[in-house]
Amino acid sequence: MDFDFAAEQPKLVQLLIGVAAFLVVVAVILLLVDRAPMRRRAWTHATILLLPAVALLSIGLVVPAVRTTLLSFMSGDGMRWVGLDNYAWMFTQPEALTVLRNTLIWVLLVPLLVTSVGLLYAVMVDRTRFESLAKSLVFLPMAISFVGAGIIWRFVYAYRADDQDQIGLLNQLVVAMGGEPQQWLQESPTNTLFLIVVMVWIQAGFATVVLSAAIKGIPAEIVEAARLDGASPAQMFFRVTLPSIRSAVVVVAVTQSIATLKLFDIVRTMTGGQFDTSVIANEMYNQAFRYGETGKGAALAVFLFALVTPIVIYQIRQRREVR
Amino acid sequence: MTTLTQTAVRPRATTAPQRVRRGLSGKVASAAAIVIAVLWTTPTFGLLLSSLRPEDQIKSTGWWTFFSDPQLTLENYQQVLFGTSSSSGQMASFLINSIVITVPSVLLPLALATFAAYALAWLPFRGREWIYIGIFALQIVPLQMALVPLLSFFSQGVDVFGVHLLPAWDLEGSGRFVQVWFAHTCFALPLGIFLIHNFMAELPGELMEAARVDGATHGTILRKLVLPLVGPALATFGIFQFLWVWNDLLVALIFAGGTAETAPMTVRLAQMAGTKGNEWQRLTSGAFVSVVIPLVVFLSMQRYFVRGLLAGGVKG
Repeated sequence: MDFDFAAEQPKLVQLLIGVAAFLVVVAVILLLVDRAPMRRRAWTHATILLLPAVALLSIGLVVPAVRTTLLSFMSGDGMRWVGLDNYAWMFTQPEALTVLRNTLIWVLLVPLLVTSVGLLYAVMVDRTRFESLAKSLVFLPMAISFVGAGIIWRFVYAYRADDQDQIGLLNQLVVAMGGEPQQWLQESPTNTLFLIVVMVWIQAGFATVVLSAAIKGIPAEIVEAARLDGASPAQMFFRVTLPSIRSAVVVVAVTQSIATLKLFDIVRTMTGGQFDTSVIANEMYNQAFRYGETGKGAALAVFLFALVTPIVIYQIRQRREVR
Repeated sequence: MTTLTQTAVRPRATTAPQRVRRGLSGKVASAAAIVIAVLWTTPTFGLLLSSLRPEDQIKSTGWWTFFSDPQLTLENYQQVLFGTSSSSGQMASFLINSIVITVPSVLLPLALATFAAYALAWLPFRGREWIYIGIFALQIVPLQMALVPLLSFFSQGVDVFGVHLLPAWDLEGSGRFVQVWFAHTCFALPLGIFLIHNFMAELPGELMEAARVDGATHGTILRKLVLPLVGPALATFGIFQFLWVWNDLLVALIFAGGTAETAPMTVRLAQMAGTKGNEWQRLTSGAFVSVVIPLVVFLSMQRYFVRGLLAGGVKG
């Protein structure tokens, strides 16, 4: 039970080195910029300021992305070219198809649920007395890691045999209502839905905050005019609120789809991808880092890239429209 | 009914916002809002309460039993944090790793993104539009795409057609933190540069011009003029990056390994969930330890975070 502080020392030394490196980098860049006379062309200064970022981006993202694309056409050990074999595997093998099916369910459901729950909640708490507290409560899970959230929800879903006391909240409710306790995370395809609940739980607060701000931005005159015309709450929502905040709704839905496509941690913590719950990002990790099938992993990553690209481009155009 | 009575009783001179409230947030809506708030808070509350209950109780009864049979202990926390047996959790060690990973992984991209954003916003050089668009476009690359090659870059160095350009880093022990910092810094830059640039570009140009006429260097302008003004943007990106790094599992799993020497808490928790999925007393208290620091940071900085989120995401 004794915690050995001495054993932790190398880490703290490493931390000091890291912070010192940070200070040195900042100092050197500022010094160089100060030394380069202002009469010099802007290029000199720009190079000094941009070089570290551009170099890191090249090493960390550009070159790797190109290499991954090449790897996706090679065998698992990266020794010979196999053409489109990895892609063929992805679209034909049953286990890979399950992964694609799950990813599709995730990407369809998460943005839809997150946006609707967030919108509903934002409209409901709008201008009530406890608004800021209510929003904070729903916003809190944003700070919790997907791993932490996974554990919180595994506990909610926990299963005990019929003759024992239930320790999971959900099964307790089921038993209280006279039902049989269920193994929520083991039955496909419903288990994917139970994982999706976790994602919605984490992200709904984000949607609430963004949409709530958009609702507050609706000009008071419009609202007043609709009121005077005798609009019912439902008409108010569908004819006034929703059209006025359309762009914010799109922003939320788009960010959610991107986050969902890259999702990895929830699946890994809660089921490890077993019981037919794996998604692209999780399978990519398994193939590349556990089974040594770099080619297949790379093909999945490239596919992910292909899925994300149109969404991001759409987001960029949307953003420009908003501005 | 309530809405009707209220309308009748209240004087007509109400402002538009109040009218909206009556229309959309009657008693039913308020009740529904409370239900959602309770639903959203209960799982975390259950975790906190469970983590404080004695081991045999967590394993045999639900946390709500606490209300009829209140028993609390800090035993779980002591075990999960400071226990030295390999099954205990050793969370204190992983907690330190999380901190060691997070601090430089937030500071470095913050500084580099600020420099780059300044150059892209305020230095008139040819091709800056293209560099900006290029960096912006890099947000498209999912980091999954970068993992395998980046790992081989660390372990094997760079070979081009048989020529050894860069040696392998071959980092061991606590040296592996460097890999994680490096990876997090690379992955954070596109978003960071984008956010800070947007904010910086809106600063008044006359201000910079005046400083330059007075003979200030870019270094001085950056330090004395720009930095204080872009504080909110830096805070937002800083919180974003902190949460992202602290909560990350994927990058840590690949670049930090899985041992108490370098792996952060998320990695350890994921391991425990996998192998000791029924040791609830450790899982719950461990999860709570990992959650509490970002929660505190988040709660105290929420204001900035929300403001920055809205500035970047939507207008109005």
